[in-house]
Amino acid sequence: MAGTALRGGLTWQTATVTAITRETGSVVTIALDPPDWPGHRAGQHLDVRLTDEDGYTAEREYSIASAPGEPPAITVERLEDGEVSPYLSGELRAGDELELRGPVGGYFVWEPADGGPLLLLAGGSGIVPLRSILRYRQQAGSDVPARLLYSARTWDDVIYRDELAGYHDGIEVSYTLTRAQPPGWAGHTGRIDQALLAGVAWPAAAGALAYICGPTSFVETAAAALVSLGYPAARVKTERFGGTGGH
Amino acid sequence: MSPVSRGFRHLTRAPAGREGRLPPGQYFTEGFPVLSAGPTPRTPPEEWTFSVTRGGQAVKSWTWEEFQGLPAEDITVDIHCVTRWSKFDTGWRGVSVDTLLAQAGVDAPFVMAFCDGDYTTNLAAADITGGKAWVAFGFGGGPLAAEHGGPARLLVPHLYFWKSAKWVRRLDLRERDEPGFWETYGYHMHGDPWREQRYAGD
Repeated sequence: MAGTALRGGLTWQTATVTAITRETGSVVTIALDPPDWPGHRAGQHLDVRLTDEDGYTAEREYSIASAPGEPPAITVERLEDGEVSPYLSGELRAGDELELRGPVGGYFVWEPADGGPLLLLAGGSGIVPLRSILRYRQQAGSDVPARLLYSARTWDDVIYRDELAGYHDGIEVSYTLTRAQPPGWAGHTGRIDQALLAGVAWPAAAGALAYICGPTSFVETAAAALVSLGYPAARVKTERFGGTGGH
Repeated sequence: MSPVSRGFRHLTRAPAGREGRLPPGQYFTEGFPVLSAGPTPRTPPEEWTFSVTRGGQAVKSWTWEEFQGLPAEDITVDIHCVTRWSKFDTGWRGVSVDTLLAQAGVDAPFVMAFCDGDYTTNLAAADITGGKAWVAFGFGGGPLAAEHGGPARLLVPHLYFWKSAKWVRRLDLRERDEPGFWETYGYHMHGDPWREQRYAGD
């Protein structure tokens, strides 16, 4: 059955933060050690709950950044007007406790048996669940060809930059930088549109499976462009911010 | 008992006097985030129909023009998304599901809503009758934008908003409750925000 969450309810548990890695100026990855983790699929998310001294709680959901088989980790972008993300990206330390439950979601997921070729389109922190998919593809020894197009504001905003640079066999990674480009930039520039996708995406005849994650405008544009290029809607899975966009 | 998150201060609360309208685990937003599983379908009005079926058998169908001729209501309600945002006092225009079922002249304990984009969601008939649900085609005084479910979406504001299915085209009345799209992926069959019924087992 598709939904992991169907296994008799999801209970809150208190995980230990094992490490916090700074990815960019506003983004951290939080590695977690929950006492009872049932395992997750690539693309799923988890719920986080914070409690203040008055007993007030705030809950948000975050895409799981690690591959299936690895302990859960989340990657969180600080949103200036947010409530939870500034805490997770600024206050939280290794050794702290963090309440969570999961994994959740069974649609925006990929298994090697789902095949490909894979087309992964990331806008900003929408890279998070797609990184789980790519990481899993590597670890599972899958030879499904994959193309990732990652749209970020600047080169310094690219999350998992070193890891993505290390992917070669069967994985093509390209970037478009929308706000500023470093000197000598040879990648794409500007926001994603149909012309850019026509050049980067697998042709419709390849029968690719597309996963799009990012802010609404990015997802709307990218999904509509793929449909215009001939992708069947059923082969285009979308997620808005992958849960990372919550405040 | 939840452990205190060291250094965490709760900030976002509902506006003063309206705290009681925020269900547990929700936060207040002025925005209108968009969530959906696939590309936004765009059915032109001349191809759009809305139908009521029973056990898959055709009962009643309306064209866009006929649907616009049905008695419509202005509705102002709070909405609550399972991803935890709540938005207060949203203004809609639509036709009550009571009106549609009365014209169709059928009845059953459960309903499956079918939408463009192959989305489905299941509802108890008791949750969409008695003035509790509409097929809405207007939002904020104008037409309902495609990304928010236009030309028409279900509006069932007392349940989490995934039950207010976007791009709805058909209600199928049924004897048994069966899971729709998100319900198959582990979300709750009923989805009452005040009981925090987010996932199966909640």
